[in-house]
Formats: sequence, structure tokens, C-alpha cells
Amino acid sequence: MTTSAVQIPEPREITTEPRLSDKVFRGVVTTGGLSSLVVLGLIALFLAYRGFEVIKQEGLGFITHAEWSITLDESANVVDSKFGLSAMLVGTILCSIVAVIIAVPISVFSALFLNFYAPAWMKRILVAIVDMMAAFPSILFGIWGFLVLMPSVEYWAKLINKYLGWIPLFEVKPYFFTRSPFVAGVVLAIMIIPIITSVSREVFAQAPLDRIQAAFALGATRWAMIKAVVIPYGRSGVVGGAMLGLGRAMGETVAVYTVLNIVFQVNWHVLLGAGGNVASLIILKFGEASAYEIKALMAAGLVLFFLTLSVNAIANFIVKRTGKSGR
Amino acid sequence: MSTLATPQKPWAKRPIDRARELAIVLFAGFFSFAFVAVTEMKGKLAYALIFFIAYALLSATFAFISRGAPAAKDAVVSTFVSLGAVLTVLPMLSILFTVIKNGLPGLHLGLLNHDMSMATPTDPIATGGILHAVTGTLTLVALALIMSVPIGILTALYLTEVKGKFAGPIRFLVQAMSGVPSIVAGLFILSAVLYPITKGYSALMGSLALTILMIPTIARTSEEVLLLIPNDLREAGTALGGTQWRTVAMIVLPAARSGLMTAVILGVARIAGETAPILLLTGGGDKVNPNPFNGSVGSIPYYIWKSFNAGSPEAITRAWAGLLVLMVLVFILFIAARSLSSRKISK
Repeated sequence: MTTSAVQIPEPREITTEPRLSDKVFRGVVTTGGLSSLVVLGLIALFLAYRGFEVIKQEGLGFITHAEWSITLDESANVVDSKFGLSAMLVGTILCSIVAVIIAVPISVFSALFLNFYAPAWMKRILVAIVDMMAAFPSILFGIWGFLVLMPSVEYWAKLINKYLGWIPLFEVKPYFFTRSPFVAGVVLAIMIIPIITSVSREVFAQAPLDRIQAAFALGATRWAMIKAVVIPYGRSGVVGGAMLGLGRAMGETVAVYTVLNIVFQVNWHVLLGAGGNVASLIILKFGEASAYEIKALMAAGLVLFFLTLSVNAIANFIVKRTGKSGR
Repeated sequence: MSTLATPQKPWAKRPIDRARELAIVLFAGFFSFAFVAVTEMKGKLAYALIFFIAYALLSATFAFISRGAPAAKDAVVSTFVSLGAVLTVLPMLSILFTVIKNGLPGLHLGLLNHDMSMATPTDPIATGGILHAVTGTLTLVALALIMSVPIGILTALYLTEVKGKFAGPIRFLVQAMSGVPSIVAGLFILSAVLYPITKGYSALMGSLALTILMIPTIARTSEEVLLLIPNDLREAGTALGGTQWRTVAMIVLPAARSGLMTAVILGVARIAGETAPILLLTGGGDKVNPNPFNGSVGSIPYYIWKSFNAGSPEAITRAWAGLLVLMVLVFILFIAARSLSSRKISK
């Protein structure tokens, strides 16, 4: 080896500046990530833009009136129009509340069964069934509900009316039970049971194991353990899951349309065969709607959009808070 | 000489426990029959109701005698909890049973290679078929996949890899988007694309609406999958001198491949039977339409809807047959998703 000067490499510049490829990558990914914001914004924007004319003309009456009528002359000009959603909104809320009232106890019990009672093999099968039910198309529930479930539900409705008819909510006059909000509520309940069950199951599964074991070590029965540890821990998660189910029930279209008799009159009697539903109204009126009525339907869609969006937002907020509470 | 201690399982059920349970079930069943026979109550509902009440009371009594009040309460609650599980599974079994029972008569040899252009829903079952509906649904799903998979996975990558400053709001918005009613998605495409731009039904319009419904499913499932990829892999990629782009593209995504497939399949299962936006946007033609960008196109949900509303016995049978095909489709997708995701765990 000669002692000639060793070539000392130029020190590399050290930087945290990302390279061009990374900048492009981050740019593309961020654009993709922002798409949900863009889509939601555009939905609100376009529905508001199309429905603006109707909302402006009807004012607050769009929410508070019940009539839905439009008269056209021969050349298809609008002579007179009255668009009000109150019957549909009341019906939507009624159906989905019936659904939640039926679904929540069943879902909570079955979530408890899955987590704390079922043997492992049964749990695996049941979880698969529940997950699959959540993926079933709504038209399947609709047609099954109409052809198979409705006769039994009408019979239950008559029983309720016979023994609890003195409560104004269960009054039925005239005596007509077919396609009532109660029937729609039962079908919706069956559709949202899988959702509430899987949310509750996940929340219950997070209950701290050390406290469960501590409860058993102190001699608690299974129910005493659940009451002392699991329920306080998972309570808000169950509420959130119920709200998610409520949001889903409010936006459900086809299943409700097949089993509900839509009447443009505010009806609070659950068992009476006359109800309303915003989403089903859109399907019902869309076929023969004139250009102006389509605008009214767009406005109805906007109302439904904000209704479900706010219910969902509250639900997600509550579910997310669960992990922090109860300790 | 040493004796081995035999392991004891004091918590296991003894034969006498099993015998007592059997006796309670039998007696509750007998009691419900007797009660229904004596009183004026009738129907399956009455049997089930009385059976559960009798079972709860009997098991609570036995528990009270042997172990006191807390055990009795526990026994009652156990009965109700099992009842909840039964009530959850019962509709599923009923749906499966009725769809198979009513759908099988609607199947025939020509079902999958004829369309309805020469037949109406009220014709005899053997004429016509659902070729147009199957091809239409495949077109809709394929177009929706092309649009939603990149957006969904990019959203998930933003949430897990880039973790930018919008990550919190975007996670919230994706959740909110999954709650958008399908009919609203349909109305949105109607107002934003169909009326101002294309002015006609087409498969593309339907798939645009389905894309909106599919993005949140894919994004949320992919996010969960990507979170499961160990950070060591990312650090190893960076340590080898890879840029973030190469680390994600060549290490993280291949490692998450089967999970991402699961996400996509769940997304397809979510939209395959979606009806409401299809009714607004695709027109539901009765002929096979090879052009996805123009002209009305049929689909399985639309076919079911049309047949169901036609009302005659043949039409209803057609609707059930369509439901059977749709259910088998969802079933296959679901099994595929589950087997892929379980393989991911075992690896």
C-alpha cells in the first residue's frame, strides 16, 4: 500500500426533507383521504342546491305540514303545490324507535350470551351468523317481512291492542292493523339486531379481565359479575350501538317501503295501519314525479341526510368515549 | 409405589346436574303444552312464551333450594340471555328456510342463460331468465370496485401510514359516511351527475352511487388490517434505506394483502344487494346491455323488485328465485372473506 491520500468521501447531506417520491405519495394519499370530506360536502351541496326552490317556497312548513300534493296544468306547469314532511318525519321516528326498543334488549342479551355464556365453538358459529345477517341485502328483509313475518306480527299487534288498548299509543281506530308502523318497526328491529349485537359484543369484550376474575374470586355468580363489572363498563357503548342502529333504521328504504302503508297524515298510533317514512316517500313518489316534485324529493333527501348524519355523529362520539369511561 | 392423583374438575357438570336440567326442560315443555291446552291461549308464540317462563321459574327454584337467592337470580338471567341469543338467530334461520323453500321452484335450466326481453314476470316460470340481471349486477359491482378500491385503500393509508393532521376528522367523516342512507346516495348522483350531465340511465350512474356506499366499508376494514401490520416491518423498510413510498408499496401492502382482499369482499357484499339507488339510477332494463355507459341495465335487486311488485304467483316465485341467487352470492362472498381473514391470523 502506498501512502497516497485516501479518498475521503464527501459527507452526505443529512436532511429530514422527504424525497420527491414521498412528497408525491403523501400528496396522493392525502387527496384520497380527503375524498370522504369532498363526497359528504358535495351531497349536502347538491341536494340543497336542487331542493332550495322548494324549501324557500314552503319555508318552515316543509317540516311542519303533512300534505304532499302537486297540481299541474296541461302544459305541465305547476299550478299549486304543497309539500310537507311532518307525517313522514313522525313515521320515520316512530318506526325506528319501535325498532330500537325491540332490538336493544335482544341484542344486549345475545351479546352477553356470546361473550360470557356460549362455549367457544358455539360462539364462533353465532358470530359468523350475526356478521352475515348484517350483510344481508335489505330487499331480502323486506320481502321476507312482507310475506312471512307480517301475519304473525299483525297477530301480536292485535294481542297488544286487546290487552293494552287503553293506552293512547296502542289505540287502533278504525280497526286496521295491516302494514302499520309496528310491523315496519319489527322488520327494522331484525335488521339492526346484528349491528347492535356486534357493537355491544366488542364493547363487552373490552371489559377488564382482572376485574372479572376478581368478581368471580369474591364468589360472585355470573350475573352478579356482569352487573358489577360488565354493564357499568359497557353501558355507553351499548347506547352508542343503539344510536348506530337508530341511524340505520331511519335511512332504511326498501324494507320499510314493502311493509309500510304510507299515509300523508300525522299518526302517532303505533299499531294503526298508516305510517310514513321519508326514504320510502322518495321511492314512492319518484316514479311519476314531475320536475318540480323531484326538487321537493331532493329537499326531503337533504332532511333525511342531516337527520341520519346527526344521529350517527352522536353515536360515534358515544362509542368512542366508551374506552375511557368506566375505570 | 406411588399413586397418581386423578385430576378433579369440581366445576364440570355431574350426571345428576345433567339429569336435573333434562328434567326441567321436559317438565317446562310438558307444562307449556298443558297450559296452552287448558287456557284459551294458542299458537307457537304461546308455547314458546310459557316454556321460557316455566323454564326460568323451575331452574330458579332449584338454584334457590341448593344455593340461595343470588343463584336463583343468576338462573333467571341465564334463561333470558339464552332467549336473546335464540331470538337473534331465529330470523336468520327463518329467512334461510323460506328463501330456499320458495326459491327452489323458481330455478330452471335456462335461468342463467336467458334474459327477460321476451318474457314478462307473470309468464310461466320456465320462460325467461336472469342473465341480464346477473351481468348487470356484475357490471355495477366491477365499476364500483374500480372507483372505490383505490379511494378506500388510500383513505386507510392516510389514516395509518401518513397520519396527517386531518386523520382525526377524516376517521370521523368516514364513520359518518358509512351512515349515509343508500337512497340519499342515489339522490345525490341523480342531482349531481344524471340530470346535469348524462341525462340518461346507465350502469355507470348506479355504480357511482354504490361507490359512495362502498368506500367507508373498504376504508374502515382496511384501516383495521393495516393497523395489525407490525411496526417492525415499517422500521425495517426504513432502516434498509427505503423511502416511505417504497416501504408502503413493497412491504406494508403485500403483507396486508389477504386482509385487504377481505375488506374489498366485504365491500362487495355490502353493495351487491343494494336496491334503493339502483331503482333511481339504472332504469332496470330487461335485456343484456353490453354498454355500461349508456342505456338502462338490469340487476338482481331490480329484477326481484320488479317481479315482487308484479304480484302474480309466478312473479313472486321469480322474486324468491332471484333472492335465492342473491343470497347464495352474498353467502359465497362472505365465506371467501372469512376464510381469507382467518388465514391472515394463522400466519
